[in-house]
Amino acid sequence: MTEKPADTKEYWRWQEYHRVVPGKTWSDKNLITAGVDVGSVGSKAVIMIDGEVYAWAVTRTGSNSPDSAIKVMGMVLDGTGLQQSDIKYTVGTGYGRVNVPMANKAITEIACHAKGANYIWGSSVRTILDVGGQDIKAIHCDETGRVTSFLMNDKCAAGTGRGMEVFADLLKIPIEDMGKVSLSIEEEPEPVSCTCVAFAKTEAIGLLRKGWTREKVIAAYTRAMAIRMANLVNRVGLEKEFVVTGGQSKNMGIVNRVENVLSVKTLPSPNWREGGLDPMIAGALGAALLARALYLKAQGS
Amino acid sequence: MITHYGYIDGSGEYFISIDSDKCNSCRKCVEQCPQQALELVTEFIDLEDKTVAAVTEEHRKKIRYTCAQCKPQENRTPCVLACQEGAITCVWKPA
Amino acid sequence: MITAGIDMGIQTVKVVILKDGVAAGKAKAFSGFEPTKAAEQAFAQALQLANVKKEEVSMVLATGSGMDMAPYSAGNVSMMGADAKAGVFLFPSARTVIDVGAEEARAVKCDERGIMQDFVVNERCAAGAGTFIEAMARALEVKLEDMGPLSLKAERASPINATCVIFGESDVVSLIHRQESKPEIARAVFDSMADRISSMVHRLGINPDVVLVGGVAKDVGFIESLKRKLGISVLVPEDPEYAGALGAALTAASRKKGASK
Repeated sequence: MTEKPADTKEYWRWQEYHRVVPGKTWSDKNLITAGVDVGSVGSKAVIMIDGEVYAWAVTRTGSNSPDSAIKVMGMVLDGTGLQQSDIKYTVGTGYGRVNVPMANKAITEIACHAKGANYIWGSSVRTILDVGGQDIKAIHCDETGRVTSFLMNDKCAAGTGRGMEVFADLLKIPIEDMGKVSLSIEEEPEPVSCTCVAFAKTEAIGLLRKGWTREKVIAAYTRAMAIRMANLVNRVGLEKEFVVTGGQSKNMGIVNRVENVLSVKTLPSPNWREGGLDPMIAGALGAALLARALYLKAQGS
Repeated sequence: MITHYGYIDGSGEYFISIDSDKCNSCRKCVEQCPQQALELVTEFIDLEDKTVAAVTEEHRKKIRYTCAQCKPQENRTPCVLACQEGAITCVWKPA
Repeated sequence: MITAGIDMGIQTVKVVILKDGVAAGKAKAFSGFEPTKAAEQAFAQALQLANVKKEEVSMVLATGSGMDMAPYSAGNVSMMGADAKAGVFLFPSARTVIDVGAEEARAVKCDERGIMQDFVVNERCAAGAGTFIEAMARALEVKLEDMGPLSLKAERASPINATCVIFGESDVVSLIHRQESKPEIARAVFDSMADRISSMVHRLGINPDVVLVGGVAKDVGFIESLKRKLGISVLVPEDPEYAGALGAALTAASRKKGASK
């Protein structure tokens, strides 16, 4: 796998931070595990005590995956009193998973993401739509967070953050506002006829010339993108409860329309600023859970 | 676990879906594919490394072109017919 | 007998005036947002070049995705049919015609009379047609007409995400920042296009001789890559972008001849 260049665009502003859950203690008797998720844009780490979240950290991925892994691991240990050697088992995941130096095993992000979502939203989650900057994943899992059906789409930009950026540039609207603007229309227009972003762009220029407002154009485009995402979800099988994760989950224009097309409401995302778990850490969290399962299995429990 | 290899784009929906629960790594589909688009890989499933069939990296993003010659619209491609376990399915939906 | 064909392409309209079996006048114009007007302009220009007056044209037929908006037209010819007719007219040994345009690519199987027997189309995805090459050229900051010669300098193709115009553009920008060689990137662009086109043609079964037409057929880089992927030679006419309009004009001539019997 080639390294991602340092100038990789960010599609949502990243908040670098780390958190330690207050009121938790640990000793040698506890099974302490860690998960490190090195994504193309962000790196996250989670530490668990006996399968319960103790601390987590989120940072930007630099041009070097091993360095990013080491950096985020250092951040998550900070304030816990733990050292690397106290961690019994670490699982690396994400785009850069083969480059996590402290990992005992590397596991694909799909398995980790589903396990993490199961922890964050509960055992009722069955369908996850993860919309990133450059890919879209649709996952169906069971009540334990085990993946039953999944697909990853990085062939076509439609619906990804990159595809949204093209329109944000075209219409001169900041990408963080795209969702809000797309919902500011009075009546929902027909979706653009082209799923292809390149062709949709030409179509949009034509619509603007015909007198369509920017709001209406974004609404039409966002609807077309939501329909495509819904098709991806239907391919893996839609089952309640349904959650949307990833950078694009913050685009309410997308989320609302996906809900509308699939006739299902998504579970709301917890807000880390209010003491909840950050959905961004789902992968690292799942990795830490799988680390625990693997350690126990190796011990013969 | 079913992995859907392929994509949806402006021109339609194209997937080769492989169920790792049913796959017994017999290699029949790998041998039957005229494009050499299938291979056996090791995947970490249920806390274990399991060997199952998968679409090669090279073909995942151009599966529409890869499968076109095998008459995929009838779901009777050589790989599907070769599998005794019903582990592999072909989805072909031009827009 | 004088007939005319108008190819209402999404990007460019092309007109051919056919005078007694010879393409006497060819002209084109950007479709823009008023394709009918553009077609009228191109038509006037073609008439001038052919030294023919509008009244002398006994039949006009239209083709191309915007065919319903063509001026002066007495009817439509399918793009596949037009390609087949033009292919055999230009090269009597033609049995497979590949037409790669700005937004769509197709391959047509035909017989010795230029009658279309089977076809396959790449549409609705910009990576399958000329738009892909144009976008990559922009990202490389290279003029479209320089892409071909540039790619011929490369011995290998850079690994780029070539399945999507949007992803490809980002990839190219990153590669340029890392100072990857432009010829190798250009070659990757043509190789991936050729890969898609050749897969499409294989669905039909390749029946030689193979003729390549459409705007992209003017590009030496694409022709080289396509020859490599197909494993056989391809015949490319002069002014390959006029094949559709030519086919429509030829069809008009056939219909007129048939009607006068």
